[in-house]
Amino acid sequence: MFLIVAIVLIISMILVLLRLYFGPTLYDRVLASNVFGTQTVLFIGVVGFLSGRPDFLDIALLYALINFVGTIAVLKFFRYRSIGDIPVHNQESE
Amino acid sequence: MALDMFYDILSWCLIGLGCFFVLIGALGVLKLPEFWSRLHAASVVESAGMILLISGLCIQSGLSLITVKLILLIVFLFLTGPTATHAVASAALVSGMKPKSDLKEPQDSL
Repeated sequence: MFLIVAIVLIISMILVLLRLYFGPTLYDRVLASNVFGTQTVLFIGVVGFLSGRPDFLDIALLYALINFVGTIAVLKFFRYRSIGDIPVHNQESE
Repeated sequence: MALDMFYDILSWCLIGLGCFFVLIGALGVLKLPEFWSRLHAASVVESAGMILLISGLCIQSGLSLITVKLILLIVFLFLTGPTATHAVASAALVSGMKPKSDLKEPQDSL
């Protein structure tokens, strides 16, 4: 039964990956990678249940943390052209 | 005996619904014409699909450490999911991607 759930999750991950490939703008791609990350978290949880190993949920929780930080880092980089460690005062940032 | 059978059915209904919403959200992210409508489809996955699926897993695992981890996961994803989607939306808006509104002249410029 959990196998069906895992297969459905894989199918939806592939769909989102297609959007990541076709996405015209950068923000489509960032959005698609964010949704892909969330689906990966769910997939890890389901596989944890499928294989009867409860410690997969720690990996899922960790992946949720990293996915969020990664999305914000990419956005921040393309917004200010730097992650913010070196104070770059370019003209277009108000 | 009937009680845990009821729990079983309930958890599988929730997991099925969660899968349905994740699939619909993923299909929406792929198929919707414009970035702003894809944004909506993405938040369908992050909120409805995630909550239903993980709460189904919670019921499936009964009262144990696994359920605590799952509830922690739900709380965290519930906090960061919409926040990330909002961040993407505001970054897109700031970078000049305006949603096409059918108004001739927008009253308030964001």
